[in-house]
Amino acid sequence: MTIATLSSPKIKMSVIGPIVALVVLIIMGALMNPNFLSAGNISNVLSRSAFIGIIAVGMTFVITAGGLDLSVGSMAAFIAGLMILVMNTALPVMGIGIPIVLLGMAVALFAGLFAGMLNGVLITRLGMDAFIVTLGSMGIYRSLVTWLADGGTLSLDFSLRTFYQPVYYGGTLGVSWPIIVFALVVIGGELLMRSTAFGRHCAAIGSNDQVARYSSVRVARVRMLTYVMLGVLVGIATIMYVPRLGSASSATGLLWELEAIAAVIVGGTALKGGFGRVWGTVIGVLILTLIGNILNLTDLVSPYLNGAIQGAIIILAVVLQRGRKPGQ
Amino acid sequence: MKRLISALAVSTALVTPAFAQDTQVIGVSIPAATHGWAGGMNYFAQAAIDRLEETYPQLDFVLATAADPSRQVNDIEDMLATRNISALVVLPFESEPLTGPVQNVANAGVWVTVVDRGLSVEGIEDLYVAGDNPGFGRVSGEYMVSQMPDGGDIVVLRGIPTTIDNERVAGFEAAIEGSGINVLGMEHGNWNRDTSFEVMQDFLSRHPQIDAVWASDDDMAIGVLAAIEAAGRDDVQFVLGGAGMKEMIQRVMDGDTMIPANVTYPPSMIATAIEVTALGVVSQTPVSGEFIIGSVLVTQDNAEQFYYPDSPF
Repeated sequence: MTIATLSSPKIKMSVIGPIVALVVLIIMGALMNPNFLSAGNISNVLSRSAFIGIIAVGMTFVITAGGLDLSVGSMAAFIAGLMILVMNTALPVMGIGIPIVLLGMAVALFAGLFAGMLNGVLITRLGMDAFIVTLGSMGIYRSLVTWLADGGTLSLDFSLRTFYQPVYYGGTLGVSWPIIVFALVVIGGELLMRSTAFGRHCAAIGSNDQVARYSSVRVARVRMLTYVMLGVLVGIATIMYVPRLGSASSATGLLWELEAIAAVIVGGTALKGGFGRVWGTVIGVLILTLIGNILNLTDLVSPYLNGAIQGAIIILAVVLQRGRKPGQ
Repeated sequence: MKRLISALAVSTALVTPAFAQDTQVIGVSIPAATHGWAGGMNYFAQAAIDRLEETYPQLDFVLATAADPSRQVNDIEDMLATRNISALVVLPFESEPLTGPVQNVANAGVWVTVVDRGLSVEGIEDLYVAGDNPGFGRVSGEYMVSQMPDGGDIVVLRGIPTTIDNERVAGFEAAIEGSGINVLGMEHGNWNRDTSFEVMQDFLSRHPQIDAVWASDDDMAIGVLAAIEAAGRDDVQFVLGGAGMKEMIQRVMDGDTMIPANVTYPPSMIATAIEVTALGVVSQTPVSGEFIIGSVLVTQDNAEQFYYPDSPF
């Protein structure tokens, strides 16, 4: 409690908690392995954070508005499968080139938009519980991708994959594309959350949707938009994901939904809604990715315990910021 | 209405002679195609059933695929209660939860064939058909030793923590013991491409010199190869996967130096089990006991025999 009295009222444990956790992890990593801070490792960690990170930014808005989306991992797998199928089918007609990659990207964005809209319509228009709706769509998309792949793996045509690969592995000015896209999504999300009516409406609805309604906030529409936005972001994440290994199977995107939700909560957004912090979500994603990275770079604990370490750090990061009630 | 009656007539006509011949039903219960290997297993199960139904008109098959152990239990109970099966071929999702239900089937006097994963109580099954996990590790280890006679530094990717994975790794470690091959690190890639990609990236950051990789599975080998390619490292001489995925067998056939070999753990073992069980049902041939399918080393010379272009795996 000395912290509260010593520091200015603006710095609260809830704000610096996640940052402290991240800094501690970085120091630990650097002490344990000299390669931890190498440019290559930093680039690896940031690029692999990008998928979950892009999705988690969208999830921040959904959760802030009092919703939840469990379907994002399956949705990503389904969109990846669909994208690969469309691109492979179009290959004989279009040939290898920018147009076919743009076609694949368009498919991913529209599929994401449509999938998000479907979740949104069921939740806002039919008044169903978000947990149940997205639990259902999670099962549907997971089965659909297994069915599309006939139980196996969908692989992008090899030459096409080679052409498309730079979208994940390439970059500009030494920064790879996934990191750039992730950064842009975060900046956009932060502005949207802090400086627009939409961001305020999300928080208002998550805090108390009745009061928001009486304050002439169009509750259903704002909620709907959060799911649509998340769907589109899943599409964007998939666009970055497909060129990495050029394949999709029923194992693609497993548990991404829980990782994204964990990142959002670790970052300080209230699970019950009413308060959201996009930059906190970024910290959350980095914390989760770094734990796996550090455990791989060291032999400190048995690999059987990786999950336990991750769980403990998630709980610790949330303990560090307790004391704030939703909506505060 | 007329069409309905004629349809009924046709179906009665089809069903009646079958009953007259005293049809015997064989139940096949397997996990659903949730990953590549299981997808291949589903394909080979269906293919074996199609072939046998054509060969033996007196046999009828019930194929059920389950997404989790409890659904598999339901499937097996339904088969016993409603389909009057004479034999059951089961690839248990997990050993523990399936042991009781399969024991009930055996107690009812039904022939039981267990595939790949043994039950937790011995002596329930009449026939046990399985791959050779310690052998899978041993063959992989022996290949590593033969490729690196002077020793070298390798990293190992393990599967999901299970008995299968432990037996494979133990077989591998026994085979490379004293050969001068040094295992720099072992991590779980969970038989998953994405996880293996990330694990391999971290192995590459951590170790400046890696001579070879035992990916121990073809899905994991794909992730490993992508990570090596992305890092632009040329110290890794080869990657040894396993299980015989068709894309990887293809690369062995083409003489790819990064993928010089593969070790089989065939999903088609389900076909062996169904065929042998059917043989036992239709004839006097004794088929009880154990049938262990060895893991074979696939190199460029024999790769063609192991290439199944129609299989999803």
